[in-house]
Amino acid sequence: MPWRGLRLWLLSFPLLFVSTMVTTAFSLVGVGVGILLVPSAVLALRSLLGTYRDLVSNWTGRTVERPYLPVPEGGPTQRFVAIIQDPATWRDLAFMLLDPFVSAFTASLSFFAMLYGIYGWLLAAFLGRIIKAHSGNEWYTFIPLQGSFSDHPVNAALIAGFGTLYAIAGLYYGPRLMDVYGRWTQSMLGPTEKSRLALRVQHLAETRADAVDTSARELRRIERDLHDGAQARLVAMGMSLGAIEHLLDKDPDRARTLLAETRASSAKALSELRDLVRGIHPPVLADRGVGDAVKALALDHPLPVEVSVDLPGRPDAPVESAAYFAVSEILTNVAKHSGARHVWVDVRYEAGMLRISVTDDGTGGASMSGGTGLRGIERRIGTFDGVLALSSPPGGPTIVTLELPCALLTS
Amino acid sequence: MRVVLAEDLALLREGLVSLLQAHDFEIAAAVDNGPSLLKALLDHRPDVAVVDVRLPPTFTDEGLQAALEARRQVPGLPVLVLSQYVEQLYARELLADGSGGIGYLLKDRVFDAGQFVDAVRRVASGGTAMDPEVVARLVARGRDDSPLGRLTPREREVMELMAQGRSNAAIAQQLVVTERAVTKHTANIFAKLDLAVSDDDNRRVLAVLAYLNQ
Repeated sequence: MPWRGLRLWLLSFPLLFVSTMVTTAFSLVGVGVGILLVPSAVLALRSLLGTYRDLVSNWTGRTVERPYLPVPEGGPTQRFVAIIQDPATWRDLAFMLLDPFVSAFTASLSFFAMLYGIYGWLLAAFLGRIIKAHSGNEWYTFIPLQGSFSDHPVNAALIAGFGTLYAIAGLYYGPRLMDVYGRWTQSMLGPTEKSRLALRVQHLAETRADAVDTSARELRRIERDLHDGAQARLVAMGMSLGAIEHLLDKDPDRARTLLAETRASSAKALSELRDLVRGIHPPVLADRGVGDAVKALALDHPLPVEVSVDLPGRPDAPVESAAYFAVSEILTNVAKHSGARHVWVDVRYEAGMLRISVTDDGTGGASMSGGTGLRGIERRIGTFDGVLALSSPPGGPTIVTLELPCALLTS
Repeated sequence: MRVVLAEDLALLREGLVSLLQAHDFEIAAAVDNGPSLLKALLDHRPDVAVVDVRLPPTFTDEGLQAALEARRQVPGLPVLVLSQYVEQLYARELLADGSGGIGYLLKDRVFDAGQFVDAVRRVASGGTAMDPEVVARLVARGRDDSPLGRLTPREREVMELMAQGRSNAAIAQQLVVTERAVTKHTANIFAKLDLAVSDDDNRRVLAVLAYLNQ
């Protein structure tokens, strides 16, 4: 734990280096070169500050998100303007200048207190005598150094006692000081309300574009299925009926065969429509909601699937549908790729989230990319601010977890 | 034979009424929503009910729920459920009480009036009428290493027809074999699946369905 203070203190060296770069770049803006240098210097600073964010998030549990507005592609002037217009840049600069002091009095303080404590012990043990032997002069806190245990036991004991106090204080207050430092980092490096909104708008624009794309593609697919399937069959049936009408008197036997064919064709058309509707909005989902719909999926699955559902009500229909199709696709993946023998699906509602996990005992090693379609599922549930997490170590088990924020309608 | 009918589309309802009347059924009531279906079932106690799964007011599985509720109050009340879709989940719920007198068919099956009326009669007499699609999906779940995988193709065929609720005579007719041959196949199937043999057609069907539903 005290090493964390040391690590932060050491980080101030690269920070010093980068801050020299940044200040130089800014000072050259007047002669024009700065416009080219500032963006790269600021981006270097941002990536270094990313290390601070990660460390603080890991150590204090205070998540510090990146606050930056997207840097536009384009000419150097555009990039320069965008960067100096981003308030986060100026907050970064303030952090860069102030952090060495703040960290010295918070996160690093406990480390230095312990270091000072150890120095006290060393003085008491032997260092004091050596210093005195070379007629050195030293104070420990407010105690004038006289020697070590061997020649001045009382003075040495006092120094060792204070040293112990420092070490204990450093150890004891370490986490609290670190937390203070975490708050400082969060306020300087975290997003402001404004940048949070800007980031949110960006996310919404992306997911909206995805959603529009997906639904347009779906509509095209449905149109094509109807056109090639049911519609074509109805046309054929109409023609057959015309032929039957014509044959009725002349060749009743032929008419009878054609009638049977037409009936078969109508059954075929119905079954195609059924499959189509099942792909748009499955009946059990419409009737009973996502819990029973997932159970129905499990019944149709080639592997034994155990489903447990704990939902006090039903989410909105679009959320339900997104969750259902996500599970359906994951289960298809499991059947195709995992080599699993058993699958477990858990559906529950916790803390405002519809949480679904699909676990299989297959070979593992699945990844988000590479034909698993998980990326696509993630994008689609992203429209509802849903997230997807994958854990699939080689050798299994594979766990895919979905979380969709939603309200439940209680029936 | 008295029938209660529930179907919300007027066109289909009229069609079913005339079809059933043409085959000497008496229509005790023809209703178009869930609550009046339950009331009609409890008031009329028909010999058989023909029910559409999706009914007003919710347009979800109102008809199925009413049928299940009526069967809770009148155990064994014969119900034939019709639907645009067949779902294993619903088939299970209908079969759960194990008392028979249950049918679950796609609406398309009405096209073949003879077979449909036959199914209604079978359900009314305490038998079973499961849609071939339900049975096919039940059977499809059996893996090669399960006892189902040990059935010969012919035995599988016989078993599927049996699971649909057909009698030995009907199976023999469909497969163009003698009834004796069917009886032999049936005995083999029961031996391979390790099921207790029964002379009663309805019990036999239920045993096979229960096995497939495991």
